[in-house]
Formats: sequence, structure tokens, C-alpha cells
Amino acid sequence: MVNNQLSLDRVFGALGSPVRRAILTQLQSGDGRSVSDLAAPLGMKLPAMLKHLDVLETARLITRKKAGRTMYVTVAPTPMIEASQWLQRYERFWSRSLDKLVAYAERQETKKARK
Amino acid sequence: MSGVKLVRQIAARPETVFEAITTQEGLAHWFGPDAGPVLVAEINLRIGGSFKVRFRMLDDSEHECSGKIVELEPPTRLATTWQWLGREAEGYSRVEYLLRATAQGTELIFTHTQLPDEEAARDHERGWNGAFDKLERYTNHAPTTR
Repeated sequence: MVNNQLSLDRVFGALGSPVRRAILTQLQSGDGRSVSDLAAPLGMKLPAMLKHLDVLETARLITRKKAGRTMYVTVAPTPMIEASQWLQRYERFWSRSLDKLVAYAERQETKKARK
Repeated sequence: MSGVKLVRQIAARPETVFEAITTQEGLAHWFGPDAGPVLVAEINLRIGGSFKVRFRMLDDSEHECSGKIVELEPPTRLATTWQWLGREAEGYSRVEYLLRATAQGTELIFTHTQLPDEEAARDHERGWNGAFDKLERYTNHAPTTR
């Protein structure tokens, strides 16, 4: 099945689970890991693991590839980085604007008080 | 829903803060992320009324945003739609200012939500297409476990 629309919501939804974050942490070394390899340290059964991997794959945070009879999972860091940069830009824009708003409103309040 | 939420404590009454966000003079004094000037500030303060702010940044780039007022409850609430000029394909997002009187003055809870998802973003952002094409190919060829 091919993933359909990729959205920030999915990325953030996927990152909302501690188990899925733990999976991504395990994958950070960069080398592909087998599914059972990933499941063991988390004490997870395979079906539950596969469900989490589905969520991560739909958000395109990981990719899966079969080699022989083994499924290998690798991290795909790009969407995560891009998603946070996208939001950071908005956050920076507003944070700086609002700091100026605070300063302006406080100046206006002081002027009013003097009247 | 992806979005940004910021909270500020302001030593001014809600009425004063509300003026700053709903008048041309107010907007002209604070809008924009750096010390560059606001070039245009227009606001028609009624439900359905539109606003437009154009500012220049210190790197000389100019940016313009506009939208319509969708909620208006002076002096505690203002919500507008939001769009950058030149990025209409991304559709409208939503900006909301909630003001609450506190002992010190005002607590401002600001949110910018319904921000465009990556589908829209990648039409505009350089560097996206290559990465996603690669991922697309990869996922198309990867067998599923279902």
C-alpha cells in the first residue's frame, strides 16, 4: 500500500506516543534494524510493534525494506526535521512580534496613566 | 492540528492590548519579526471585516498578510483568518488572540492554528521535492507487512 497524503498532523500524531519515540530513538544509529530486534528491548509483541511501525511509516518517519525473510526498518529523518522547522518559523515570527506588542502596549498603558 | 501557541503577561489593561491589536496605529507599532517598518496596516473592525498588514524586514524583504475577522469580542477576543500574499495555494489558517485581565494587567494567549500541512508546504519550500520523491520511491518499492 502506498502512503497517501503526508501531513504535519501525522508526524506530530506519530511522535505523540512514548513507544514510537522509543522506536525512533533505537533507530537513530542509522543502520536498519529488524522488527523483532526493535520489539525485544521494548518488551513488545510483534503485532503491537507492527501497528506502531504502520503509524510511523504513514507519517514517513521510517521506511521498511525486506531482505530475504527479514523486514528491516530505517529512520527517515527528513519529515521530522522539516516539520519542526516549518512550525519554528511561525513560532519565531510570532514570538518576536508579540514581544514588540508587549512593549508597545505597556508604553501605551504608561502614557494613559500619565494623562 | 498543527499550530503555534504563545502566552505573554502584559503590564497593561486588556483594553490597551486590544487597541494595539485592532487599530491601524497599534498594528503599525509592533507587527513583524524584526525592527523593520510596517508599510501598510489596515483593519476594518467588524465581523467579516478584513485586515491587511505589509512589513519590510531588515533584509529588505517585504511580506504581506491579510484575512478576515471571524470573532470579535472587545476587549477579550479577536480571531481572524490568515494568509500570506503570494502563498494563497496554502489556504487560510487561523489566528486568535485571547485576553484575560489579571492582577498585573493582561494575560495574552495567542494561537496560530490550521497551518498548512506539508502537502502545501512542499509546493513552496525548496529542498522538499527531492527528499520526498526519494521517500516516495522508497516506500512504493518497499513491501508491506500487512
